Amino acid sequence: MQLEVSDIQVAFGGNTILDHLSLALETGEIGCLLGASGCGKTTALRAIAGFEAVTQGRILIGGQEISRPGWTLAPQRRRVGMVFQDYALFPHLSAAQNIAFGLRHLSRDDKRRRVAEMLDLVGLAAVAHHYPHQLSGGQQQRVAVARALAPDPALLLMDEPFSNLDVELRERLSVEVRAILKAAGTTALLVTHDQHEAFAIADRVGLMSDGRIEQWDTPYNLYHHPRSRTVARFIGQGVLVPGEVLENGRIRVPMGELPAPMALTAGTAVDVLLRPDDIIHDDTSPLKATITAKAFRGASILYSLELPCGTRLLALVPSHHNHAIGEAIGVRLDTQHVVAFPASA
Amino acid sequence: MSKRQQTLIIFALAALTLLPLAVIFSSFASPQGDIWAHFGEFVLPRLMLNTLWLLLGVGIGTALLGISLAWLTAACEFPGRRWLTWALLLPLAVPGYVLGFVMIGLLDYTGPLQTLMRDTFGSAPQIPIRSRGGVILVMALTLYPYVYLVSRNAFLTQGKRALEAAQTLGLSRWQGFFRVALPMARPWIAGGLALVLMETLADFGTVVVFNYDTFTTAIYRAWFGMFNLEAASQLASLLVILVFLALLLEQRSRRGQRFSGGSRGDRSERINLGPVARWLAFAWCVLVFCAAIAVPLGQLLIWAWQSRADMDTRYLGFLYHSLILSLSGALVVVVLGLTLNYALRRSPGRLINAAGRFVILGYAIPGTVLAVGFYLPVTWLDGLWMDLGRYFEQRWQPLLGGTITAMLLAYAVRFLAVGYHPVEAALHRITANMDEAAKSLGSSSRDTLTRVHLPLLRGGIATAAVLVFVDIMKEMPITLMTRPFGWDTLAVRIFEMTSEGEWQRAALPAVTLVVAGLIPVLLLMRTTEETSTRNAT
Repeated sequence: MQLEVSDIQVAFGGNTILDHLSLALETGEIGCLLGASGCGKTTALRAIAGFEAVTQGRILIGGQEISRPGWTLAPQRRRVGMVFQDYALFPHLSAAQNIAFGLRHLSRDDKRRRVAEMLDLVGLAAVAHHYPHQLSGGQQQRVAVARALAPDPALLLMDEPFSNLDVELRERLSVEVRAILKAAGTTALLVTHDQHEAFAIADRVGLMSDGRIEQWDTPYNLYHHPRSRTVARFIGQGVLVPGEVLENGRIRVPMGELPAPMALTAGTAVDVLLRPDDIIHDDTSPLKATITAKAFRGASILYSLELPCGTRLLALVPSHHNHAIGEAIGVRLDTQHVVAFPASA
Repeated sequence: MSKRQQTLIIFALAALTLLPLAVIFSSFASPQGDIWAHFGEFVLPRLMLNTLWLLLGVGIGTALLGISLAWLTAACEFPGRRWLTWALLLPLAVPGYVLGFVMIGLLDYTGPLQTLMRDTFGSAPQIPIRSRGGVILVMALTLYPYVYLVSRNAFLTQGKRALEAAQTLGLSRWQGFFRVALPMARPWIAGGLALVLMETLADFGTVVVFNYDTFTTAIYRAWFGMFNLEAASQLASLLVILVFLALLLEQRSRRGQRFSGGSRGDRSERINLGPVARWLAFAWCVLVFCAAIAVPLGQLLIWAWQSRADMDTRYLGFLYHSLILSLSGALVVVVLGLTLNYALRRSPGRLINAAGRFVILGYAIPGTVLAVGFYLPVTWLDGLWMDLGRYFEQRWQPLLGGTITAMLLAYAVRFLAVGYHPVEAALHRITANMDEAAKSLGSSSRDTLTRVHLPLLRGGIATAAVLVFVDIMKEMPITLMTRPFGWDTLAVRIFEMTSEGEWQRAALPAVTLVVAGLIPVLLLMRTTEETSTRNAT
């Protein structure tokens, strides 16, 4: 394990910001903490960087302990690189000088070689001597990544690295940065509130809420096998529909029956997660639902539907099926993975 | 410097700022029966009236000059606008007492203007320059740049959106000025005016040239004329109350600035003035420029040339004293300003923060007040010190009084804000994330300080040093009232020569001060130029 965070707690003045937080990354893996603002994800990053002390648990990098209650290895001695949300480039230094900042221990020649290497890696050799204010947002971001990678850190941390960029650039850069990190073989952990970004860049994602990680898993599992309601609600779109477990072990929901994902006693009330792609529009279906709202997405339309029994659904339908609000359309279930949670008492 | 040491220095500074105020207010504890009664009956009403007239006149004068010039140069197009825009800032370099004596020398009965008119026409109208109107005119001409600078900035940053919105609602450009631009700029104008009022209250040199009695001159006379420190202290405390009111206005206006912060939009198109109006605008700007700097500087140069024999070892002595005091004052203030900045930088405790903010307000305390407020405790301490010496049967020299130390303390309180703000602005650019970025790249605190902070602060520190240096050079009351024996500076020399009506012989030191004063004005212009070009790209 390159990074191991085990059961840490961070508290300021009686306020517990992080609690029982654990995660692990293999060498070369990219991890991501995903969550709404205020969930503690940035604090987790800062604890790993050494800017905050832990009050419980411990943090290890490459098997070496760097944080435990009452002792924090100074940030400058951790070999942890950090890319800040605002990049925090030094305005008085050129791109190349910024990248060279952490390379003091190298000889002049080695330094120059390393800087050139990093500039190549991030594709900025042409603007090496420009100052931060002369660079575009995307270029500044890549300088920040290069600066953090230059000293060859054991771990790279990135705090909302794409949030200052416009949407189009954000998508392109997250793919680019992933390629850069993979090329450098860097272990990295980033923090974001944007799940598309998390899915695009990370091998493992941890959904955070209220200072803890709800689920530390691959993006696929997070979407298709959420282990809690919180995860199910935060990741992707969908609705929780009430159902009941039958004698035959299947679950009955208002629009049909589904196989149960786990053994449940008959008669148990459950909530079933239905994603928009679990609902198929089918004019021949006897089940009709009324359209209450629609959002045109180009290739598809996202319909909000209401069944006669009052249950609300979301359906993603190819956009040539253009129906008006108030119209009733036929729908049926086509669920590959059934996700159900015992109904809250 | 550790957190603890910083805290200690802040509280020491707060105590230092509080000390003179406490001293002057405590003077009311021992009222001086007769003299105070005399003061209350004859002197105070006149002082009050004089001061209020002065505030009113200078306030209106600077507002008219500052706002009109700012609007013309910011929003209109007329011949010479470019050079006038910066030339109108130059009067900042002329101390009020210099313009004052030049005006008197020029316009008085024996002055060149009246003499010339008598020689040509046989007679000349009396120009009542030595009057209330004269003081007001001179002070308005030296202080208007404060209003000019802030309101011009406000007009420029308003962007054209608001004015365009007004035009779509049916207002002409000129109506837009009165109904939109001016109200939007109000917090800034109020801030500039508050500074003007504080300077007016604190002014000593100008009113003394005109023999116009205000609190500052009364404090000086009570002390040096009547040797009555109690009366001086009591007058000083009344002055402080007036200053406090102006300070309230200033602080309030700052709050307004936060709320109505103009977004820097596109520059508005300038109004193309009509064929007559454009030359009127030009004439108005040139008139102010001539009256405030061109003519006085010309006259000064002529006088300085006529009295060039004065450029002797005595002059060099004045210059030397001025330089030494200004240099050491600048050094002290910049070091304290840096300390204060770092102590207040990252969310310090509430008490430290309050103490720090209080220290910065020291600029509002007039020099005469500081001189009186420091003199008493300093002599008291020296008394103790010499008593202690006698106890050991030694003859110990006074520790503080009559030495530069006491002067430097007073300068520090008066000018700390001047040294604080440029460094603050520079420090503002160093974000918390930059510190952490340096750390995560393996940089120690000391290393971060030398490789990140110092290079980024250098400009701010230099600006602070230059501003404080020049301010101390022009400073008159503290220097005059607390200087050690024989420590005459350029400002003191001007005071002495002008109180004898020897305008010519005051010219050489005055020219020196004006030239020194031009340095920070040029600096200021360069930075405004830089920000405007940066925003343009």
